[in-house]
Amino acid sequence: MATTMITTLDRSSRAAARGLSDISIRNLFIIPTILFLIVFNIFPLIYSLGYSFTDFRASTSAAANFVGLQNYRDLLGDPYVWSNFAITAKYVIISVAGQLLVGFGVAMLLNRDIPLKGLLTTLLLLPMMLSMAVVGLFWKLLYDPSFGIINYALGLGTFEWLSDPKMALYAVALTDIWMWSPFVMLLSLAGLSAVPKHLYEAAAIDRAGPFYTFFRITLPLVAPILMIAVIFRTMEAFKTFDLAYILTSQPTAELISIRLYKMAFQEWQTGRSCALAYIVLIMVLAITNIYVKYLNKVKER
Amino acid sequence: MAAVRTSSEIGFNRVAIVAVLLVTIIFLAPIYWIASTAFKPRNLATTIPPTVVFQPEISPFVKLFTKRSQLRNPASPEEYAAAPWWERVVFDGGEKIVRDGKGQVQWSGYPSRFMNSLIVAITSTVLAVGMGTFTAYGFSRFRVKGEADLLFFILSTRMLPPVVVAIPMFLMYRAVGLNDSHLGLIILYTAFNLSFSVWLMKGFMDEIPKEYEEAALVDGYTRMEAFFKIVLPEAATGIAATAVFCFITAWNEYAFALIMTSRRAQTAPPFIPSQIGSGLPDWTVIAAGTFLFLLPVAIFTFLLRNHLLRGMSFGAIRK
Repeated sequence: MATTMITTLDRSSRAAARGLSDISIRNLFIIPTILFLIVFNIFPLIYSLGYSFTDFRASTSAAANFVGLQNYRDLLGDPYVWSNFAITAKYVIISVAGQLLVGFGVAMLLNRDIPLKGLLTTLLLLPMMLSMAVVGLFWKLLYDPSFGIINYALGLGTFEWLSDPKMALYAVALTDIWMWSPFVMLLSLAGLSAVPKHLYEAAAIDRAGPFYTFFRITLPLVAPILMIAVIFRTMEAFKTFDLAYILTSQPTAELISIRLYKMAFQEWQTGRSCALAYIVLIMVLAITNIYVKYLNKVKER
Repeated sequence: MAAVRTSSEIGFNRVAIVAVLLVTIIFLAPIYWIASTAFKPRNLATTIPPTVVFQPEISPFVKLFTKRSQLRNPASPEEYAAAPWWERVVFDGGEKIVRDGKGQVQWSGYPSRFMNSLIVAITSTVLAVGMGTFTAYGFSRFRVKGEADLLFFILSTRMLPPVVVAIPMFLMYRAVGLNDSHLGLIILYTAFNLSFSVWLMKGFMDEIPKEYEEAALVDGYTRMEAFFKIVLPEAATGIAATAVFCFITAWNEYAFALIMTSRRAQTAPPFIPSQIGSGLPDWTVIAAGTFLFLLPVAIFTFLLRNHLLRGMSFGAIRK
């Protein structure tokens, strides 16, 4: 306590003599970042909010006409857009569930003394570090119906993964599961290694079966960290663009981001796409909010 | 623990180890396949059954970097003998390298895209990590009004879907002539990485004991001197890890690059898939381009291995 007093006094007197005060340093360090983010993230969103009430088309020089809430009304009444949301929801559920199963499963297998464990873990984490666009590209080679190694390895003949409307979304989700299961695995491993060893020892002494141990000890203690992984992956899967855009052009695999991209940059319905962007944005912010609230809750423990 | 280990547990352990090895092989197979395709002669890239054992070739990389055209007739013996080794491998594949009037080799689009990726990723990383480090220190050490809200605001900018931000940015860039420019992409990637960098660096800053600077302040350092001479060296590992994460994110980014660039400032991610084009793609060349593009990320992943958890969870989970 005494030292704090001295340093505070000392600091303020010194700051007056030379150097900046703590408050000006704080402002100097924080304000530019906030301004940068406002100018390049928030200002554009305000700009597009304005356009979302117009019939503006960026491909023509015609002036934008104010149309009020027409774009929002049209979009929310458009079964096509709703089907894009439904496809996205299906995609999020399949890929996040798959990642949770595979990622947590592999983490359970890895959570023991294994020779070269560190190296194996790092190798398993490699897929999630790669570029989604490039991953999409080389999975096209793997999925190829005539010479792809997936059909060869599974003995599927000339099975169509990407050009079959029924299969395309599952194929994209499968690639996403390959890419992001490592993420769930990484978080699960951290959760598993934090489970106190003495709990397992106590369970063993009490002759608890493996199922009891898993459901009563392992799962409840790892659950918060798994929840973080699930919310984070849900948010990312909801935004997926690159992977699905590169892998397939099937309408049955048209996620909402792809619809948005096409509306904005292929059909040039700029005003309407700004409105759709806002609908998507509100959904993402809602998920982010849940995520951050949950993070803070976990941190408090 | 050892005392209560039964023989069935040891048996299960063995099964688990075998399962882990199998899973690792399955997970790495796609990456191995693209890497091996990058060294195949073209006629072995798309065979049934797939070619696993082959004589590795460097020709896909020569083809990746040069413009080529189909050979109508095989190259004449004189032409073949006069050609350097890297040109012969192209002749062997039934193609020739396009040269201009002065005999200069014509480059393909790949090297300039690769350079653009490097320029944009490195510059935006330096900016994002630089600003992020200062801001993280500010949040870590000083009382900031509404700190939780500000940090949430910073994080939320990172969560915006790229296409949502890209629509207004495209219009604004078009108005000021920043479309298809390095600067335009650098600004976007800096903004995108800045929030990540603040969050991650704040975690690292929080771990540096305040007492270090306080001791320095007592010794007559100003706050700035203490920051530069005491805090920054302590934070070096954290800064390096954050920088590698930012680099990888910018290096891998696709949606902004696809929308904002077309030629001059185009980076590798939108370019590599566009090589497929029409007709029969030469998968060896695409694989070579992919291999070179993924190589830096693979190396960085190994360097980062102890920080992956932290980085991927925005600093929320530390070991």
